[in-house]
Amino acid sequence: MTAPARNRPPRVGDSPAVRRTLITAVLAIGAVLVLAPLVVILTQAFSLGFSYFAETITAPDTRHAILLTVLTALIAVPVNTVFGIAAAWAITKFDFPGRRLLLIVAEIPFSISPIVAGVAYLFVYGLQGLFGQALQDADIKILFALPGIVLASMFVTAPFVARELIPLMQAQGRDLEEAATSLGASGWRTFFSVTLPNIRWALLYGVVLCNARVMGEFGAVSVVSGNIRGQTNTLPLHVELLYHDYNTVGAFAAASILTVLAIFTIIAKVLLERQGAGRGGRPALAAPNAIPAEKPQ
Amino acid sequence: MKIRLENVVKTFETFRAVRDVSLDIESGELVALLGPSGSGKTTILRMVAGLEFADGGHIHFGDQDATDIPVRDRGVGFVFQHYALFPHMTVAQNIAFGMKVSKVRRARQEIDARVAELLRLVRLEGLGDRFPTQISGGQRQRVALARALAVDPKVLLLDEPFGALDANVRRDLRRWLREIHGELGITTIFVTHDQEEALDLADRVVILNEGRIVQQGTPEEVCRRPNSSFVMHFLGDAYRLPAQVEAGIARIGDVALDAPSCPEGPAEIYVRPADLGWTNSGSGMPAVVTRVIDRPDGRRVLADTDAGQSLEIDVPPETPVRASDRGFVQINRGSVFPAA
Repeated sequence: MTAPARNRPPRVGDSPAVRRTLITAVLAIGAVLVLAPLVVILTQAFSLGFSYFAETITAPDTRHAILLTVLTALIAVPVNTVFGIAAAWAITKFDFPGRRLLLIVAEIPFSISPIVAGVAYLFVYGLQGLFGQALQDADIKILFALPGIVLASMFVTAPFVARELIPLMQAQGRDLEEAATSLGASGWRTFFSVTLPNIRWALLYGVVLCNARVMGEFGAVSVVSGNIRGQTNTLPLHVELLYHDYNTVGAFAAASILTVLAIFTIIAKVLLERQGAGRGGRPALAAPNAIPAEKPQ
Repeated sequence: MKIRLENVVKTFETFRAVRDVSLDIESGELVALLGPSGSGKTTILRMVAGLEFADGGHIHFGDQDATDIPVRDRGVGFVFQHYALFPHMTVAQNIAFGMKVSKVRRARQEIDARVAELLRLVRLEGLGDRFPTQISGGQRQRVALARALAVDPKVLLLDEPFGALDANVRRDLRRWLREIHGELGITTIFVTHDQEEALDLADRVVILNEGRIVQQGTPEEVCRRPNSSFVMHFLGDAYRLPAQVEAGIARIGDVALDAPSCPEGPAEIYVRPADLGWTNSGSGMPAVVTRVIDRPDGRRVLADTDAGQSLEIDVPPETPVRASDRGFVQINRGSVFPAA
């Protein structure tokens, strides 16, 4: 290929004016919508100096909120990971009545407002709810306690792992598992040495997204948790609480922790995408003859 | 290992993939299951492997009824159409997989030695550390074979083994697989829709159509004595000429052909381009040449007979013939079947 000559008419749709306008507009909107608020959070968090920042985030209520958020993630993420793998496996490897329905059900939390999920849980487990009386008689506390927070978080993030795995596993088909079994591998052995390694990046990608959402979830959790300071307050709820207390700097400090978490998530996401996870990496993993390596060096 | 299929039946939902198939495969034989798509050949292979279970009938391995033995314990080596190599393992790890997961414990050195031996057998020495994406299609095919052989299978099963390869690689691999089979003497069944591949490679060809065995025999038997018009058509270009049988001789105009086993009355003569001859003067079916195609090993004449039939005739390279010549088509040999 020779270098394109200068002053040649641009490709179709490649007019310089359109290009410049579009790029400038997108950059400007991105800066105002996304970047500026993040910068504000960080500057506000440190506006009264580092010591005040440190004091705020080590305050007992904030510490407890962080702990609760981490605890919720530690329970909700593994459970949803197992659910995601199981759902993806069932949907892609088996034929059963209700397969399509399961596919739709697993996607519902994406399209439904989290607050609806929270209210629904109120109706199911609340005192006036379906199991409310039975639960109270058995002295089991679900709402306004950790179980409720975990359940609501799990509802909201249920599709994350399954959604990453299903297209990949669909593309891979059953050949690899059949090959492993025909070579004498047991079901568990096949899963751990053949299936899992081939979905590991997509799985991790789903887990990272799921974790980010669990830690940041506000709507559903705010309904079921009861916002009891130092007891059922997760980090996002705590931010709101501090803000309503006119402790702006404290709110921004707590928010900055969530922001840092988000930045770590993005970094993990980018690294995983380089490994072929996410939507972009699928075809290469899927097609057995995608790489025409007829003459490898 | 001798394999015996007895009245095997398989239905998917409402589609009857395999209907009452019985087949005996001798120990050490190399058998091709040949048929168009949807003929049930792959389903039969997968049932022999244990990847599908038969709805009816029995599959025997030697004296043992293997019908309900799961694939894991059946002791077959299966080579998948797209190889199904484990993409996250190297070539050597792929080959070692069966030995590592086996119930029979093996020492690491033993496994390594066997992997090296198999790499030599499939002529891939030095490629053990490559990943499947780093080798060519033909090489992947050989890795898949080595992996299947690593567990010392009683039977080797190959599903469209050369389907995804280009023509040259295909021919080399075919000859090579024949050599490996000669060396190891393992009972082998392979599935193909390519008649040339089946005839080139197999001791015995089993021709299937719509879930049934239509004909089985050596390549010579199925080529020289096809038992039906389906087999005749499926094995290569064939033309049907309506004829009349009288006293054991089939006639079309003044062309006659021996048909000792065909009943009197209307019949059909099936001929291939190589069964026909062309002469510019003499006797035969009068015809006009529409086109002549020149090939390295001969010429192919495309002609329309006066009876309105288009035929293709293979003639020696030195035959003087041109488009729009008038002449006669001769039938040197053909298969005669009673008219359906």
